[in-house]
Amino acid sequence: MPPFLDLPTLWAFIIAFAVFAYVVMDGFDLGIGLLFPFFRPGPERDSAMNSVAPVWDGNETWLVLGGGGLMAAFPLAYAIILPALYAPLIAMVLALVLRGVAFEFRWRDPAHRRYWDLAFTTGSMVATLAQGITLGALLQGIVVEGRSYAGGWWDWLTPFSLLVGASLVVGYALLGATWLIMKSEGPLQEHSYRLARPLAIGLILCIGSVSAVTPLLSGAYYTRWFAWPQVLFTAQVPLLVCICAALLLLALSRGRERWPFLLTLGLFALSLLGLGVSIFPDVVPNAVTIHQAAAPPSSLLFMLVGASVLIPIILAYTGYSYWVFRGKTGHEGYH
Amino acid sequence: MFDQYDALLLARFQFAFTVSFHFIFPAFSIGLASYLAVLEGLWLWTKHEVYLNLFKYWLKIFALAFAMGVVSGIVMSYQFGTNWSVFSDKVGPVIGPLMAYEVMTAFFLEAGFLGVMLFGMTRVGPRLHFVATLAVATGTFISAFWILSANSWMQTPVGYAVNAAGQFVPENWLTIIFNPSFPYRLVHTVFAAYLTTALVVGGVGAWHLLRERSNPGARVMFSMAMGMIALVAPLQILAGDMHGLNTLEHQPTKVMAMEGHFESHPEGAPLILFGIPDQQAGTVRDAISIPKVSSLILRHELNAPMKGLDTIDRANWPYVPVVFWSFRIMVGLGMLMLALGTLSLLARFRGGLYTWRPLHWFALAMAPAGFVAVIAGWVTTEAGRQPFTVYGLLRTAASASPLEAPAVAASLLAFIVVYFIVFGAGTGYILKLMRHAPHSGESGPEAGPDGLIRTAGITPAPAVNPARTLGAEV
Repeated sequence: MPPFLDLPTLWAFIIAFAVFAYVVMDGFDLGIGLLFPFFRPGPERDSAMNSVAPVWDGNETWLVLGGGGLMAAFPLAYAIILPALYAPLIAMVLALVLRGVAFEFRWRDPAHRRYWDLAFTTGSMVATLAQGITLGALLQGIVVEGRSYAGGWWDWLTPFSLLVGASLVVGYALLGATWLIMKSEGPLQEHSYRLARPLAIGLILCIGSVSAVTPLLSGAYYTRWFAWPQVLFTAQVPLLVCICAALLLLALSRGRERWPFLLTLGLFALSLLGLGVSIFPDVVPNAVTIHQAAAPPSSLLFMLVGASVLIPIILAYTGYSYWVFRGKTGHEGYH
Repeated sequence: MFDQYDALLLARFQFAFTVSFHFIFPAFSIGLASYLAVLEGLWLWTKHEVYLNLFKYWLKIFALAFAMGVVSGIVMSYQFGTNWSVFSDKVGPVIGPLMAYEVMTAFFLEAGFLGVMLFGMTRVGPRLHFVATLAVATGTFISAFWILSANSWMQTPVGYAVNAAGQFVPENWLTIIFNPSFPYRLVHTVFAAYLTTALVVGGVGAWHLLRERSNPGARVMFSMAMGMIALVAPLQILAGDMHGLNTLEHQPTKVMAMEGHFESHPEGAPLILFGIPDQQAGTVRDAISIPKVSSLILRHELNAPMKGLDTIDRANWPYVPVVFWSFRIMVGLGMLMLALGTLSLLARFRGGLYTWRPLHWFALAMAPAGFVAVIAGWVTTEAGRQPFTVYGLLRTAASASPLEAPAVAASLLAFIVVYFIVFGAGTGYILKLMRHAPHSGESGPEAGPDGLIRTAGITPAPAVNPARTLGAEV
């Protein structure tokens, strides 16, 4: 047994943190894209867009850190997982191209604004679905031979991966709606409340069904969840999910402004924790552990020095940037 | 459509396509970020309104170019894994950390302050805003530092060992980062970015001078750009020459392909100006050449012996025609840039910088030259590294992912369609912004063309004294 916090384990946590930071920050901004068709063209759409325009680029940088960090810290895992998920990942990056440029283009070209709004929604939808499918396909396991992927280019497409994809769409849409509850007022806020309630119920159902199916996918998952005595610890996760879900519904019905967003993030954090319980210490489930995939200590240590100084600094100025653009996005901004 | 190609060739074409499209934007935004910092600094220092107007004019263009650079860059960070998985597995321990440092030191810095730079002037005041501009400009440079270090290591690998799994394992990070070709490549690429931006700014200035000779904004930008070109073009030729000598030392086959030297020349090699390289026959047909000058340039001696590709195993040859021609395109454009810079100096000393129309037409024609030269230069160095991804150590054919050809063909087609639509539209919007003459009271990117304000969030009370903010100065 290696000591609990050796370099590969530490890096697994850093990458998990990057993924969570990505979900926290890009989740609502993709969610706003998903909800865009429900908003009326004009002030409603513009306000929604304005609430993320200065921060979307930083949000997506966490995705680059997740991908780049995986290559640097776990090159073998990067080399196996990415070709296995070729189609959804290519779809994801292309979708991010479309929605990313839409932020600028829709302002530069009022005559074609509805086309760039469509690109924004389509891009957000495809990127979200692809991220969910990627997660689902990884969870259900991929075929590995030697040091590479050995399956076909459609292996990722299964009912389970589609279920996870759809769940993520619901989850990001809820993040988007609750973000707008926090950042807007008036009709846009009311509209967001109306969207958030069914989405919250939908997300709770999605988390329930994905959680019910996951332990059945592989014997190892089942053991990690239900073996005695760790079941005493793992059982806390679904318990907390139930508490968080109940509080979320309560916060929405009482018309709270910040709590719905924070509680939705809580649900995401617990889901990520559940994912960790299922696959740890593997990085490619049932095929490659984090220790087998880890880069040599010289690589991990070199990066750790930088990460331990730089990530806190990054969080500080990211916080500053959000602080500069704090407050509500309202109709007063329009002349 | 792609039936006749195998998965490897498709993957190479996809990488070349996506990286070329991507690099167009950083090549422009590295220089433009610095130019914006200079303009804002000049405005804060002199309080001349023309600098503020130019700052806002180019900031709108920067916002578009930067967004396109960001999204095309996300594609690159995943493509190493999707299409070059064996390469990633073997080389990840060395170049992965370099790229992770790029993300942590550069991408976050740029992204974190971009919002403030684009939309935050009225919120943070001019001085803090200038800090944001400097942060973004510094970020673009740091980004170039790390990614060029990674690329240079693939050209001139040092400081590594190979482990039992066949992975390159870092032994000395300083040796890896400052590998032999890195300093030359960094200087050459950053100069190239400055020239690219100067040529675009100069071309836009020239266009507006041709239409309205007295436009003060057009005069300032044209004068600044021409000064930059006159200064950097000769320095770039010097840096390129030194880079070439470095390549001769560490990657001789690349230089043989650039020069079209299929045969060895024991008593001085000719400089082949033009000709048709024939890879099969191993010769340059219809060559126009100057005897012994290649030896003079590369060895600084007329009769110095030069080895040719005939001393290299054919299996290790790069594809010569591509390297040969892309190199000539780059050098030819470099000479034209030198000519433009020199002519502008001449005009400046005779007092005709703003009135000599042939110079303006020349500058206008040269506006896209930087992009073409930069891409040609990258084609020279990347195609010249073939058939290896890590020069001499890891073959390209042994680097690719185990993907089926239809998968790569489908993705390549999707990239081509999406990129042409998105970057075609984006280039159109940039040209539309450039067509407007710079004028007094220029609006910034926080205002859409139909007058809508794009700020995100409204501060309950003004965070700064409105009298200190931009709007009040104009």
